[in-house]
Amino acid sequence: MARHGAAPDPRGGARKHDDEKEALRSVRGRAAEATPGALDRLIHERMRLGIVSALAANESLTFNELKGLLQTTDGNLSVHARKLEDAGYISCTKSFEGRMPKTAYALTVPGRKAFERYLDHMEALIRAARDA
Amino acid sequence: MATVRPLRPPPVERDPALSDRALDNLRFIRETMERAGTFTAISGWGIVAVGVLAMVAAAVAHIRPTVEWRVGTWVVTAVACIALSMWATARKARRSDVSMVSGPAQKLALAFSPAMLVGALLTVALLRTGANDLLPAVWLLLYGTAVVAGGAFSVRIIPVMGVCFMILGALALFAPPAVGDWLMVGGFGVVHVVFGIQIARRHGG
Repeated sequence: MARHGAAPDPRGGARKHDDEKEALRSVRGRAAEATPGALDRLIHERMRLGIVSALAANESLTFNELKGLLQTTDGNLSVHARKLEDAGYISCTKSFEGRMPKTAYALTVPGRKAFERYLDHMEALIRAARDA
Repeated sequence: MATVRPLRPPPVERDPALSDRALDNLRFIRETMERAGTFTAISGWGIVAVGVLAMVAAAVAHIRPTVEWRVGTWVVTAVACIALSMWATARKARRSDVSMVSGPAQKLALAFSPAMLVGALLTVALLRTGANDLLPAVWLLLYGTAVVAGGAFSVRIIPVMGVCFMILGALALFAPPAVGDWLMVGGFGVVHVVFGIQIARRHGG
């Protein structure tokens, strides 16, 4: 959003992204060891953050459970789940319950570590703002 | 003239909006994890039916001639109520596409069971020692404990219902024996019906 009445910046989104990357780099501790760009793309997005958070609270969740929990559509959920799966953050198991196909997702070890790193980043950002 | 250099580099200017966004993200994560760890398919109408059944049981038990018959009536009703509420919850879970064997559902069942088992054992022990007057208090207290423990993995209104049972149980401990039966009607009957209607209204059946 433009400040002090200036004209809106067409690169506002990109600048915000760069600001966050810069701030993430400048925080200390474990958070600084991660690669902020990769975290931003994979976990920072709301739907993917929701998927990872929900799976962090459960051993596994089915596609329908995640869909109901995150109040989203089949297409949206499968696109974001696929991205997390491709990154190795979540695993996907397909099976049959009677004649109905069932897809279950679970958080992998790298996924849990990435989630913890993301939490560290967020906490570090808050601490940095308080200390400033 | 020599220039003066600061010993430390100037502090990086922080964008307060960044920490706001970080706070917002953490809030979103916490809320999502809370919802994901919650079993929401407890059937409100099932609880109402349990309450009605309990009121009928109280009326039947009241006219039974002996303590054994009265306790037997309540025990049979308790078993029927557990079966009824499980059936109603399974039905709601199927309708809402929620698994009955998911993590939260398993945790709820595991947290609910110990106090119920203790209640069953104490019932036998109290009957053997002839301390029948304590049964209403023990049943209300332990059922309340089971509901509070299991309710930690469900919607927030469930543990509140458990607390109501525990309060009635505490009253029954110190009330005259004749009042114990009425407290059972108030708890297993009225509290179930009132909370069941609230759950059905707020949480889709």
